Amino acid sequence: MKVRAQIGMVLNLDKCIGCHTCSVTCKNVWTSRDGVEYAWFNNVETKPGLGYPTDWENQDRWKGGWERTKAGKLQPKQGSKWRILSNIFANPSMPEIDDYYEPFDFDYDHLKSAPEMEAFPTARPRSKITGERMEKIEKGPNWEEILGGEFSKRSADYNFEGIQKQIYGEYENTFMMYLPRLCEHCLNPACASSCPSGAIYKREEDGIVLIDQEKCRGWRMCVSGCPYKKVYYNWSTGKSEKCTLCYPRIESGNPTVCSETCVGRIRYLGVMLYDADKIADAANMESEQDLYDAQLGVFLDPKDPEVIKAARADGVPEDWIKGAQESPIWKMAMEWKVAFPLHPEYRTLPMVWYIPPLSPIQNAAEAGAIGTNAGMPDVKNLRIPVRYLANMLTAGDEAPVVTALERMLAMRSYMRSKTIEGVIDEGIAERVGLSSRMIEDMYKIMALADYEDRFVIPTTHREQVEDAYDLRGGCGFTDTNGCSTGSSGKSLFGGSKKPLKMPSEVM
Amino acid sequence: MFSNFDLNFIIFGIMPYVALTVFLVGSIARYERDPFTWKSSSSQLLRRKQLIWGSILFHVGILTVFFGHLIGLFTPIWVLDALGVPHALKQWMAVLIGGPAGIAALVGGTMLLHRRLGDPRIRATSSNADIIILVLIWLQLAIGLLTITQTMQHMDGHEMVRFMTWSQSVVTWNLNAWLLVVDVHWLYKVHIFLGLIITMLFPFTRLVHMLSGFTAVARYLTRPGYQIVRTRRRKPQPKPENAKATPAE
Repeated sequence: MKVRAQIGMVLNLDKCIGCHTCSVTCKNVWTSRDGVEYAWFNNVETKPGLGYPTDWENQDRWKGGWERTKAGKLQPKQGSKWRILSNIFANPSMPEIDDYYEPFDFDYDHLKSAPEMEAFPTARPRSKITGERMEKIEKGPNWEEILGGEFSKRSADYNFEGIQKQIYGEYENTFMMYLPRLCEHCLNPACASSCPSGAIYKREEDGIVLIDQEKCRGWRMCVSGCPYKKVYYNWSTGKSEKCTLCYPRIESGNPTVCSETCVGRIRYLGVMLYDADKIADAANMESEQDLYDAQLGVFLDPKDPEVIKAARADGVPEDWIKGAQESPIWKMAMEWKVAFPLHPEYRTLPMVWYIPPLSPIQNAAEAGAIGTNAGMPDVKNLRIPVRYLANMLTAGDEAPVVTALERMLAMRSYMRSKTIEGVIDEGIAERVGLSSRMIEDMYKIMALADYEDRFVIPTTHREQVEDAYDLRGGCGFTDTNGCSTGSSGKSLFGGSKKPLKMPSEVM
Repeated sequence: MFSNFDLNFIIFGIMPYVALTVFLVGSIARYERDPFTWKSSSSQLLRRKQLIWGSILFHVGILTVFFGHLIGLFTPIWVLDALGVPHALKQWMAVLIGGPAGIAALVGGTMLLHRRLGDPRIRATSSNADIIILVLIWLQLAIGLLTITQTMQHMDGHEMVRFMTWSQSVVTWNLNAWLLVVDVHWLYKVHIFLGLIITMLFPFTRLVHMLSGFTAVARYLTRPGYQIVRTRRRKPQPKPENAKATPAE
């Protein structure tokens, strides 16, 4: 057993209202720069839809994630190391910027500088790459917002696999949900394994996956390697960039920007202990449907004395063990089993998990034909097909998703009976394999979702990392060249000629 | 002092040392001082068209030509003789391997140059250095291919041995080596001169990605497993005896 700690995230899709506050605050903090205008470390998609970049879930096309070879070996879907290296001159599986969208801005200045005209001046779009006028915008970061576009296009959604999808194109049967997406900070990251330079790494202490900007050479294998398409090539700097899980905030015990600003309070952050020795086998299960269970098996019970002993021996700090014991992620993923990994079939063992959304009951059910199961509606009558959710969250295995939805319905039913009728109905809890204490705990964490229940983040241990004595008189944040600002005005080597603005200069 | 001044001496006697010094010192300085700028500057994201074919033809061709020159020029002549390789045969090999590779590189380079200058996205995001270095390499390839017309007129290997001797003398500090190439055809001279210019520009352009390409192959293939985990601890945790190899190592 090799115990490591990881900051995991759960998103409660049942409460996501699709407001995009997470995306916008993330963009303002991280990607409001040249070369990454098109990149959204966090984006919110309307499902069913092809998403961003278009068709990202189609791994036959992009070759993201891992595959189990016929010989039973686990290797990147892009191919063995030799295969990846042979694509170094031109990567056949890499999306083009048009698969995301061509970034644009508007001629806002024209609104105030236009001469007197008959027609009211308008702000027309201009490409952020070439600076040229764009006559027609063909795509944006959220082109399918609230089911925009035709069903025929939208229904190419990969998650419709095994579903008679035609009926969902009819107005009466249509359904939708929001899917906020960010880097999964996988236990078995496919981006890191496809990087020939070795620039992408997972941090031992908190599991955050980062790209070393000084080691990245722009071979762009990570862009195609990541099955979630969450590594972005910065066309201005020639380096790849990705979500950092706001590590400076996490290190100081604060939630990520997307989590902090989520108005629906759908995001949870907490510590998960896992056994690094089990990763290789867990990612290499023969059946794709076993991958979800296998990942559950990688997590370690932080209350088990054996695990605590091993964690201490492996250098996991005491407050991180305590954090793991109070982790909302552990409760939702392991105790209540209501949260699931996104596309476990990619074999990356992702660490951003999702609680599937409940949805309104179909018309037929409303009319009285509803199949009920001891007072509770049958989840098969929910508008969003269970198979659709299962294709997204459990590689098509419906049973765990059904259990999760039933537990969420049971929570509502139990609390309704408790608060309105004043009756505590243990039976409801028992029917879904929970106890009334667990249901009330679920209610506190998932429904009330207080700040301190959502975010249980121990701070980092800098004392293990650096000697404060060495830091005295040092400089703050710099760009590689010691205490220089990283740029002397002119760079012989083609670096930025703009002087770097330090925080003190801005003020 | 300048009575016996000779441009040949400057270019073939002095310039190789200047070029190699600039190449070495510049590359080390860049790697050390500004590693963030060390990259391939791929533009595939912005436009896939013409890149796939152009880039593969260009790179495969030019790498063949590059290693052909490296091996061909710097293999000591006594090694050839010891192996019993006739000089004429070696020259034929150079023409037969280098010729097609050079043509592939030139075709690919033409596609890349057309794309770089003609595509609005690529043009707008190109630096002057990107364009200059591509033009220079294109010219170098074209001139290199033109020298084949001269080479074909003397297939006995004699002229080739002169270039080999010159190259090897440069790295063995024989300062009179330049005399060997004074009276070769001007096409060869221009080719050598341009080659030295490109060597000097190496550290200041995207050409540096060539070194990363070689190290990437070596390091990726020798990396144990696939994953990389970094620790920030000053003292790493002691490894348990029965540590198991996982993809996370």
